[in-house]
Amino acid sequence: MRKPLLGAIIPVSFLGLWEVSSRAGLLTLESLSRPSDIIEAGYAGLRDGSLLLATLQTCETALLGLALAAVIGIAVGTILGLAPTAERIAGPTIEALRPIPAIAFMPLALMMFGFGVGLEASIVAYACVWPILIVTISAVRAIEGRLLEVAAVLELPVWKRMTKVVLPAAFARINVGLRVAAAISLVVAVTIEIVLNPRGLGYHLVLAQQSLQIGLMWAQLVWLCLLGFVLNLLLSRLGGGSGLMWRPL
Amino acid sequence: MQPLRKTVGSVRPEKAEASALEVSGLTVRFGARTILDGINFDVRDGEFLCIVGSSGSGKTTLLRVLAGLARPAEGKVQFAGAEISGPSRDRAIIFQDYSKALLPWRTVRGNVALSLEARNVPASEQDAIVDELLGIIGLSRAKEQFPSQLSGGMQQRVQIARCLAQDPKLLLMDEPFGALDAMTRQSLQDEILQLVADKKIATVFITHDLEEAIYLGDRVIVLGGSPAGIMETMEIDLPRPRNQLTTREDGRFLAYRHRLFELLVQEHPPQAFEGKGQQ
Ligand SMILES: Nc1ncnc2c1ncn2[C@@H]1O[C@H](COP(=O)(O)OP(=O)(O)OP(=O)(O)O)[C@@H](O)[C@H]1O
Ligand SMILES: [Mg+2]
Repeated sequence: MRKPLLGAIIPVSFLGLWEVSSRAGLLTLESLSRPSDIIEAGYAGLRDGSLLLATLQTCETALLGLALAAVIGIAVGTILGLAPTAERIAGPTIEALRPIPAIAFMPLALMMFGFGVGLEASIVAYACVWPILIVTISAVRAIEGRLLEVAAVLELPVWKRMTKVVLPAAFARINVGLRVAAAISLVVAVTIEIVLNPRGLGYHLVLAQQSLQIGLMWAQLVWLCLLGFVLNLLLSRLGGGSGLMWRPL
Repeated sequence: MQPLRKTVGSVRPEKAEASALEVSGLTVRFGARTILDGINFDVRDGEFLCIVGSSGSGKTTLLRVLAGLARPAEGKVQFAGAEISGPSRDRAIIFQDYSKALLPWRTVRGNVALSLEARNVPASEQDAIVDELLGIIGLSRAKEQFPSQLSGGMQQRVQIARCLAQDPKLLLMDEPFGALDAMTRQSLQDEILQLVADKKIATVFITHDLEEAIYLGDRVIVLGGSPAGIMETMEIDLPRPRNQLTTREDGRFLAYRHRLFELLVQEHPPQAFEGKGQQ
C-alpha cells in the first residue's frame, strides 16, 4: 500500500500545481488546458462511449498484429533456432529486412489493404515480428542440449517435441521478446492512426486537436498513458520470468 | 537367505543365448583425435555388462554411440539384429549429468510421465505406472516436487524412473550412482538388479567403482589406453541374486577386484598413488 502512495506524490502534486497556476493565470498557453477540464472531457468521452470505442479499435488492431507476429516469429524462430543451416541461409535476409522502419511500409500497405484493420495490423505485425523472431532463435539455441537428446531418445514426434520440450524450455526467454513486442505494437498502432488510418485513439487525438478540443486531446493523451501503463503491468505479471508458467497437458 | 544353487540363473543368460547388442570394429573420433579405436564386444540378451575405465577414457562417448546419439567414424553397432541409425525408445540412456537431463518445469511425476506420453499410454493409466515406479525408486513422497527442489541423488532417481517408464529393451547407465551416499547406493544397486532381471532388460553400466562393477555385472569390460580400447573382458562368476554382504565377502569377488585394480593402476602409472603413500 505504501509504495503506490509514495509513487503518487510526484504526479499528484504536479497536477495540483498545474491546476492552481493555470487558475491563477500564470499558465496561459493555448495548448494547455487545466487538469479539471481534462478530467471533465475525459469523463464525457467515457460516458458517450467514443473513448472506449477508439480504445477498442486500437487495442484490437495492436493485438491482432501482435498475435500475427507472435505466431510467425515463434514458428520461424524455432525452426531457425533448431536448424543452424537454415539460420545461416535466412540470417542475411533477416538482417536486411529488420532495420527498415515499419512505418515506411504505410504507403504500400495502404495500396494493398486500403484504410482499416488490415493496413494497421500488417504494419504492427511487421514491427513486432523482429524482436520475437530474434529472441526466439536465441532462446531455442540456448536450450540445454541434453533435453533435446532426451526428446530424441524418447522418439517424440515433431509436434510433441515442440510442445512438450522445445517451447516450454524456451518459453521464459521468448516471453521477454513478446513483452518488448507488445509495447511496440501499441506505439505503432497509434502512430499509424495519427498519420494515416482514420480509426482508433490516434485518429481521435488528431481530430480533437484539429477541432481545438484541447481538453479532449489531453484526456486522450492521459488515457493512452494509462493504457500503456496497464499493458506493461499485465505483461510483467504474465511473464514472471519463469518457464513454470507453461504447463502443456 | 536362499540357497545359492537355485538362484544362479536369474539374470545370467543361458550359454547359447543371442546377442542383444553387437559392437564390431568401433572407432570414434572427435575431429582429428581418435577417442575409441577398434572396439569389439557384445551384450547378450538380459546380460548386465559393466564398463570401467579411468576418467576421460571414452566411456561416455561409447555409451552415446550405443544410444545412437553419436556416430562412429568406423565400425558397426547392431541392436536386435539391425544396425543402429539413431536414438530409439528401446535403448534408454541415463545421463551422467542428471541435473541437465530433467525438465525443470515439470514435477517428478511429470518428468516420469514424459516417457509414457511418448509411448502414447492413455492419461488414465499414467498415474498408476508413475506411482509404481516412484515407489520402486523410493521417490513417492517427492512426486509433486520440481527437480530444482531435489537433491542430486533424488534427481538421478527421477532419471532412472523415467528411463524405466520408457519400457526399454536395453538400459544404458552412465555412472548413475556416483552422486549417492553408500546406503542409498547399495539399495539402488539391488533395486536395479531386480528390475532389469524382472523385465529381462539388457544393461550396459558404466562406473568408476570397481566393486560396484563386480557386484552388478555378469561381465566387466576394462576400457583403457589412448586411444581407448578394450584391455580386458572379465566374466564374473558370482551367484545371483547378489547379496551386499556375502557377495562382497566371496573369495572370487576379492580376486576380481584385485585383478581389476592392477589393470587400472597399470593404466595409470600414477604418481598419484605413490605420492599419497609418501605423505
Ligand atoms: N564433444 C566432444 N568433442 C571433443 N572431444 C570430446 C567430446 N566429448 C568428449 N571428448 C573427449 O573424449 C574423451 C572421452 O570423453 P568421455 O566423456 O567419453 O570420457 P569418460 O570416460 O566418460 O570420462 P568420465 O569418467 O570422466 O566421465 C575426453 O578426452 C574428452 O575430452
Ligand atoms: Mg563420462
